[in-house]
Amino acid sequence: MVKVEGLDKLLAEHPFFDGMDDASRKTLAGCARNECFDVGDMIAKEGQPAERFYFIRSGSVALEFHTPGQDGLIIETLHDGDVFGWSWMVPPYEWSYDIRVTELTRVTSLEATCLRKKLKKDNALGFELYSRFMPVIAKRLYSARQQLTDMYAKK
Amino acid sequence: MSAKAKTDPMVPELMSISVRRKELADTFTIELDPGKAGFEFLPGQFNMLYAFGVGEVPISISGDPAEPESLVHTIRDVGAVTNALSKMKKGDQVGVRGPFGSCWPVGEAEGSDVVIVAGGIGLAPLRPAIDHILTNRSKYGRFVILYGARSPEDILYMNQLQKWRGRLDTYVDVTVDHAGRDWAGNVGVVTRLIGRANFDPRHTKVMICGPEIMMRFTIKELNQIGVSKEDIYVSMERNMKCAIGHCGHCQFGGHFVCKDGPVFSYARIESLLQVRGL
Ligand SMILES: Cc1cc2nc3c(=O)[nH]c(=O)nc-3n(C[C@H](O)[C@H](O)[C@H](O)COP(=O)(O)OP(=O)(O)OC[C@H]3O[C@@H](n4cnc5c(N)ncnc54)[C@H](O)[C@@H]3O)c2cc1C
Ligand code: FES
Repeated sequence: MVKVEGLDKLLAEHPFFDGMDDASRKTLAGCARNECFDVGDMIAKEGQPAERFYFIRSGSVALEFHTPGQDGLIIETLHDGDVFGWSWMVPPYEWSYDIRVTELTRVTSLEATCLRKKLKKDNALGFELYSRFMPVIAKRLYSARQQLTDMYAKK
Repeated sequence: MSAKAKTDPMVPELMSISVRRKELADTFTIELDPGKAGFEFLPGQFNMLYAFGVGEVPISISGDPAEPESLVHTIRDVGAVTNALSKMKKGDQVGVRGPFGSCWPVGEAEGSDVVIVAGGIGLAPLRPAIDHILTNRSKYGRFVILYGARSPEDILYMNQLQKWRGRLDTYVDVTVDHAGRDWAGNVGVVTRLIGRANFDPRHTKVMICGPEIMMRFTIKELNQIGVSKEDIYVSMERNMKCAIGHCGHCQFGGHFVCKDGPVFSYARIESLLQVRGL
């Protein structure tokens, strides 16, 4: 069992938490868990409750859309230093795609209910966390839009 | 460094196809025999290839500059002339004018990190620069090759990418925009590879070639991590006729792409890239 101090250290090493004050990070560490997944593991499936969100320490995962009777279509792969699973912030708190592990992956995850409780009490911490999520979301949206341009297709 | 068109730059020289190779569903490579004299060129330069009876198109030279005995072009079949070239076989003759244009800054890049960012067929014009750097590897710092394609089936020069990746002195990362589960590599836009390539943004030269929109996205990302405009080079494409700066066909603002380009420093053309419809 990894103690909260150990989890705080793991969070501090992740780029998402760069520059966050110690007290805020320690509060978040109270909702954290250290996890490791093997190749092929499904961390999440579309439609399931989004109970955790994840910070990749090492490894890689694929975000996939599931198509009945067919293998998943990969939308994006994520790697060391990336974050996934912000469905926990948006009702109805369900995963909107599958997450499949493509190489041995170590993550630190935060439990959503625990987190929502803490953020309700501590608005400043909520603001801090949301301000960090927004650039990540904006960057992903920008990338997805670039993919939509299908820029390598024959014009 | 210099490599200029030989005799009369408007008269094509006849060369026969010695090798024809299919690369992808719509892309092929032809190797032309330039005869005993060989064909010297600088990485980034292009030739005008003439398919007799159909027309002439600018195509970058994509072979190794250290091997002038073979003139290599990789071509995507997109229209009348490239389609005619795609139908040619070994022994058929092509008219060649060139080499024309500016080159990748492989000399200026000595002593710094070098980052190559290629998209789609854009890897072909960059391959001579890659070959040159690998031949002279000790003169450069960290060497990074980032490549983006539409899907795994559209990855150009797959064998070579694997070979470059196998070297201990070169970092190669490849991504595709769309893939099924049988693809074990990256999925996402090529700009996402930049952040983890681990080069020194203040001491690096970046060479980019691909669709104009991909080059714009890449430049934006590079600017954000602190690469200066002067250290970014792009290869521009415009329709061409004379290729020697006479007809004005390839005009791009105050520049002629055939003569002042196709390789430009971004600092030189920044304002033009932002003008819509130019
Ligand atoms: C300096 C330079 C270097 C080039 N190097 C290469 C190379 O190494 N390999 C290669 O395959 N091509 C290269 N090109 C692009 C190539 O010249 C064009 O694809 C070619 O001129 C198209 O001629 P076409 O008669 O086959 O098609 P066209 O009949 O003229 O056009 C057919 C269709 O293709 C589109 N098209 C035309 N030109 C381009 C273009 N440049 N890019 C994308 N779509 C285009 C047109 O809009 C049209 O829809 C280069 C262009 C330049 C300016
Ligand atoms: S093609 Fe004639 S000026 Fe460039």
